[in-house]
Amino acid sequence: MTIPASWYLIVAALLFGVGAFGFLTRRSALIMFMCIEIMLNAVNLTFVTFAHSLKDIGGQAAVFFVLVVAAAEVTVGLGIVVAVFRRRSSTAVDELSELKG
Amino acid sequence: MLATYAIPDVIVFVVASALMLVGAVLVITVKNPVHSALSLIMTFFGIAIAFIELDAHFLAAVEIIVYAGAIVVLFLFVIMFLGVDRPDVDTGEPLVGQRPLAALGVLITVAGVVVMMAHSHWVTGASSASTNGIPSQGGNDNIKALGTAVFTTYLYAFEITSALLIIAVVGAVILARKERSLDLVGEDA
Repeated sequence: MTIPASWYLIVAALLFGVGAFGFLTRRSALIMFMCIEIMLNAVNLTFVTFAHSLKDIGGQAAVFFVLVVAAAEVTVGLGIVVAVFRRRSSTAVDELSELKG
Repeated sequence: MLATYAIPDVIVFVVASALMLVGAVLVITVKNPVHSALSLIMTFFGIAIAFIELDAHFLAAVEIIVYAGAIVVLFLFVIMFLGVDRPDVDTGEPLVGQRPLAALGVLITVAGVVVMMAHSHWVTGASSASTNGIPSQGGNDNIKALGTAVFTTYLYAFEITSALLIIAVVGAVILARKERSLDLVGEDA
């Protein structure tokens, strides 16, 4: 008997939780981007698990597009990190408080 | 309980889950950004193993090539380029009670998702329009089915992703290059 889908779904939920916690607590913009990747991958795992259990390739096609969007997002995001680092010499998001009222 | 399932499947599941979760926890706990990036590779390998177990062979290969290859290398390149490969100083908590609140929020979210999964039943009747009734299968059939879905049902979305990638590349170049003419008032280093 194969592993039930719910096991993978629970692991994906835990993985998303770890990524979300890291995103909320870490200061470095680079680490926050890595946490976004972890969360995206947790969702990808959910998609693939459902594609497997529901016998539907649509879930895998969705993961394909998530991959493309994640690649684009990382490219632009790291470009922003580089641009901010030029000004601030730091990747800490606490430094970006110019709009504080 | 474990004995009711095939032992190889259980081993693959445990190894993949351990790689994923340990890698993810290391990403958010270690101080050095380079170590975080390497832990991220560990997470991606775990996910790729799970994808293979779930008959998504093409996506498993893409996971390694794109994520563990391209994206992590991009992270490492930026880390080295900026010279922030020294231990990150997480000085205290600027917001009072940020960590407990974050932990509480994450706990509620994960518990909510798990409870929702336990209480919902998934409709398995009609498959989506993507397959025209073709079930997803492993091996070459997986690649064939995925290719058919992407290039028929999702053709417009696929074409639009090319525009998205061009925009992302142009945007990254504009953001990351040094602006000499427009930057006279800035304290550009």
